[in-house]
Amino acid sequence: MRFQENWLQVLQTTFMQHAFIGGTMVALTAGLMGYFVITRQNAFAAHALAHIGFPGATGAILVGAPVTLGLAVFCVGGGLLIGVFGKRVAEREIATGTILAGATGLGVLFASLATANASTTTTVLFGNLLAISRDQLWLFGLFTVVVVLVLAGIARPLVFASVDPAVAEARGVPVRALGVAFVVLLALTITMAVQVVGTLLLFALVVTPAAAGLRLTARPGRVAGLAVAFALASVWVGLLLSAVIDLPPSFFVVSIAVLIWAVVLVLTRDRHTTVRPEPSGRGVAPRVPEHTA
Amino acid sequence: MLDGVSVVRGGRQVWSDGSLTVPAGAVVGVIGPNGAGKTTLFQLALGLLPAATGRIEVLGRTPRAGDRRIGYVPQNYTAALGEAVRARDLVALGVTGTRFGIRRTTAAEHARVDDALRRVGAAGYGDRRMSELSGGQQQRVAIAQAIVDDAELLLLDEPLANLDLRNSHEIVTLLGELRRERVVTIMVVAHDLNPLLPVLTDAVYLLDGHPHHAPIGEVVTEDLLTHLYGTRVRVVRTAQGDLFTRSG
Repeated sequence: MRFQENWLQVLQTTFMQHAFIGGTMVALTAGLMGYFVITRQNAFAAHALAHIGFPGATGAILVGAPVTLGLAVFCVGGGLLIGVFGKRVAEREIATGTILAGATGLGVLFASLATANASTTTTVLFGNLLAISRDQLWLFGLFTVVVVLVLAGIARPLVFASVDPAVAEARGVPVRALGVAFVVLLALTITMAVQVVGTLLLFALVVTPAAAGLRLTARPGRVAGLAVAFALASVWVGLLLSAVIDLPPSFFVVSIAVLIWAVVLVLTRDRHTTVRPEPSGRGVAPRVPEHTA
Repeated sequence: MLDGVSVVRGGRQVWSDGSLTVPAGAVVGVIGPNGAGKTTLFQLALGLLPAATGRIEVLGRTPRAGDRRIGYVPQNYTAALGEAVRARDLVALGVTGTRFGIRRTTAAEHARVDDALRRVGAAGYGDRRMSELSGGQQQRVAIAQAIVDDAELLLLDEPLANLDLRNSHEIVTLLGELRRERVVTIMVVAHDLNPLLPVLTDAVYLLDGHPHHAPIGEVVTEDLLTHLYGTRVRVVRTAQGDLFTRSG
């Protein structure tokens, strides 16, 4: 660890500016997606998709294609594959875990075939915000626009299908199609986020900020707003710290996200540990006094 | 209205020769042993499952998913919901949840949500998270969501499951009030008829693989219920109404 006296100059470098622009777009999309990832019980799928991207990235290096392209192809493909498997959470978890393991194995193979050096593999696994190129930024911009616009358009039916799938289906909401659309959006988000925090740390940017927001409020719009704010704070402060102290930005970004979550958890613990009062008696005793208006 | 309807699900015939008409404004108990196809009947009515043979009409139309005149509360409704949604937001989805595009919820829509919450006696906890509510409160919110769009037909699947005596009595009272307020037909799947007897006017019973319809008085007989459940059932008549009990 080393303090960088020239940190103001570091902040003005091209790679830092790219990092700030790219990180901002990633925080925006990841924060917005987080609420849905949690309500759809897709947290594990999000984690798995990042790992499924690993062979995509190493495979792209193997054939000399852009890493972002490899990530996108594998994430979207893996997402659709997971979507094909049962709607029931238990079934999905097992299918997801199996696909995750298979993909990671493939990633190791590609990495060894491509004789990629250890640092390339490390970049995929842990991300490197400082290595984002101008071309990648354009692609990030495109992904961000697509995710934000589509998400805004399908937000209400998606909330309905997420929290109340049986009724939503009866009311004519295309639950299955929305599920597929969501998983594609998730794959695009993860493709970007992997390049910021890597496959291993992705959870901290896609799930953790929304989880913290959800502790503070249950209103979908506010949760999304808070999640974006937390994710932005993590990325910005993380980058700033990595300019001041010469340590990987991924470490700072993830640490701040986790710190925010932990603080919120402590602040809200009273509200959430209050279990409904249970009657002391058994059988026919009335359970909870109903609040009638 | 069913005419010669049979249903096949997963290659197995669930039931057949269903021909019956439920009168508008009735409160209908849908009864039968486990696996007889009670929930399947609802899925037919909602247009989520096609009839293998015959013709089915609900509120004068062939059912299709998305009919706003039908309110639906599925079984184990409340169990699936976590802490990610407030009671009020859930009810609002009954009005706005099917609409794509970006728009704010209007004042009129908020007013309808408030009205629905008030009608089910849930106005006091509309701002609480679903996970913070008791089973009876969650069931009320679920019913509020089903009626918020002024449904003409309510399909409730086991609304009294997991409720204690007092809560289940209150939900039954609520169903009676809803029916008195406006002309609404209510169909309730229930494994236990007893708590519902005060409000039921009709019954659809699934016997020997066929659905039948009859006024409730004709269904609550010892012979029919014994046959239906495959175990000896005695009907005890009390001053408050019919009450049937099972005995081995």
